[in-house]
Amino acid sequence: MQLIVYILKRFLQSIPLLFLVSIISFFIIRLSPVDPLGELRLNPSISQETLKAEQQRLGLDKPKIVQYGLWLKSFLKGDLGVTVTGEKVSVKLMERIPNTLLLTTVVILLTWLVGIPLGIYAALHWKEPVDRILTVVTSIGMAIPSFFFALLLLIFAVKTGWFPTGGMTSYNFSTLSPFHKVLNIAHHLVLPVIVLFTISLSGLQRQMRGNLLDVLGSDYVKFARAKGLSENKVVYKHALRNAINPMVTLLGFEFASLLSGAALTEYVFQYPGLGRLILEAVMKSDINLVMASLMMGTIMLVAGNLLADILLKLVDPRVSVN
Amino acid sequence: MNKNSVLAQIFKDKYATTAVVVLLILYLGILFADFLAPYSKEFSDRHRAYVPPSKVFTIDENGKFSRPYTYNYKRYFNPDELKITYKLDRSKKYYLKFFAKGEPYKFLGLIPMQRHLVTVEKEGRLFLLGTDINGRDIFSRILFGGRISLTIGFLALFISFPLGMLYGGISGYFGGIVDNLMMRVSEAIMSIPSFYLLIILAAILPSNMTSIQRFSLIVVILALIGWAGFSRVVRGMVLSIKNQEFVQAAESIGASKLRIIIKHLLPQTLSYVIVAMTLSVPSYILSESGLSFLGLGIQQPDASWGNMLKEAQEYVNIIYRPWLLAPGFLIFIAVLSFNLIGDTIRDILDPKSKVR
Repeated sequence: MQLIVYILKRFLQSIPLLFLVSIISFFIIRLSPVDPLGELRLNPSISQETLKAEQQRLGLDKPKIVQYGLWLKSFLKGDLGVTVTGEKVSVKLMERIPNTLLLTTVVILLTWLVGIPLGIYAALHWKEPVDRILTVVTSIGMAIPSFFFALLLLIFAVKTGWFPTGGMTSYNFSTLSPFHKVLNIAHHLVLPVIVLFTISLSGLQRQMRGNLLDVLGSDYVKFARAKGLSENKVVYKHALRNAINPMVTLLGFEFASLLSGAALTEYVFQYPGLGRLILEAVMKSDINLVMASLMMGTIMLVAGNLLADILLKLVDPRVSVN
Repeated sequence: MNKNSVLAQIFKDKYATTAVVVLLILYLGILFADFLAPYSKEFSDRHRAYVPPSKVFTIDENGKFSRPYTYNYKRYFNPDELKITYKLDRSKKYYLKFFAKGEPYKFLGLIPMQRHLVTVEKEGRLFLLGTDINGRDIFSRILFGGRISLTIGFLALFISFPLGMLYGGISGYFGGIVDNLMMRVSEAIMSIPSFYLLIILAAILPSNMTSIQRFSLIVVILALIGWAGFSRVVRGMVLSIKNQEFVQAAESIGASKLRIIIKHLLPQTLSYVIVAMTLSVPSYILSESGLSFLGLGIQQPDASWGNMLKEAQEYVNIIYRPWLLAPGFLIFIAVLSFNLIGDTIRDILDPKSKVR
């Protein structure tokens, strides 16, 4: 019961937040002197009716505040307008969002599966050669720019021919059997995942190591040791439980930085995700698409944080909404 | 802890010392770029696009030591494969000249000079890291590009940190509804994926700006991304100290609110601020390079390490012209060095943390 109230409270808190974000981003985008329908007008395949409808929907002749109201109304109704090529924005987003979610979920799962054990291992072997080596490796992982690493992997892919050099599916994807379809996507995912994995692993491993080291130095762990508990029990039953809590909060941040990091990686690997979509939209000054994908990115981020908070509540019942 | 002992401790750590030395070399390099670079930023030899790095010889064909010399590359067109290849043209040697006169420039922007550290005899070309599509010397452009890539982060800090401090200070000191409202706004900014916000802000810049204007606006944009999270921490610190006696004393002698915030509260947060500043330099460097890599940051003909990598986006280039990737290694080295120093400073100021 308490949990449900907590979830509800946190959920309600995020609504005004999204509202504020929409105001900020709307006015940032409208600051630009770009005509929101300029590109659309130039496209000969767009009919006059579509253009009229868009003009009506955005209320371009009215003051900015009214325009915002109109935008909000149609956004809530799920009508996001059309892109410069005349496709529906909502369709385009529905195509891309699952791809980005797939990429980030795989990366988060992998980093947790590898990063947490590595962090624990390094903390238990503090200042030993293994720990030193891991520190050096994570320093490198944190310093390498994602797009540069992606470029290096592309060279590798082209030279060896082991991996596809871009996209998410092969040209003959539609003819493959379901099983081979999965394999095909996985094959395309390898390189982008390696890039994002390397970068987020470093932060996670360091954080885990630091947390566990902090907890291992605390009084209750000393007490547990003094009681004569076995080292395994002290570490895994007593220390680890407290060291892992901050990591759950970090999950939300990790998701946020992955969304940002993925944009450049998606761009280099030509992966059809949300990050690349917004980049293309920005370059074509496709205002509808930019605004909608910015909002979607934010909603995903807020939802990610919400999820992390609920998880934290599950593992640590002391947490409450202030 | 005073400043000297922090410095002394940095130099005790061998990683941090190496990092300081590396950064010193990089910054001296960009400071004296005009002198160190064989060519100017604008120099281009249109007949020598994508020339591989020049080879410098110190032993001549008879196996004897000689003054260092280089050969020019000659272009060959292979009609079967439709490929252009460059081969060394061994018919004529070009000796390197040290401290000789070359293209004129203004040393440190003030003193007109002509001498360059190393140039090559007339008609010879010395491209230590090859050339780009316009036949411009990559080595020289890396030095000039570093001026932008390595300073933009610091400039952005000088905007984002005062802004974040003041914002956090006001929010924390006033409290109540002001605090609530201000914090919701900074939360909202933090909820937008930062890179998305960055590219949108960069994209709404008008295209008809001079390079100086563009540079300054990119600085402002980078600063606008970073301040929100930082202001929340400052606000928390202000909240915890605002009820202390020295603040009440200042209030009772009638100091204005702004004065209390700036003179009494914010200086208390300074040690945190300095650490946070050192730790955030690399992220600004990475953001700028990412932005320029996409073509939304610093524009041609200006050089920055990010926009030099833009050419490496094409498969052909990265396969046959790997020297175009050189700026990427420099970004990596600079960021790594800043991170190492940041880790060490954090260790020193917070002895409980065990980053190392």
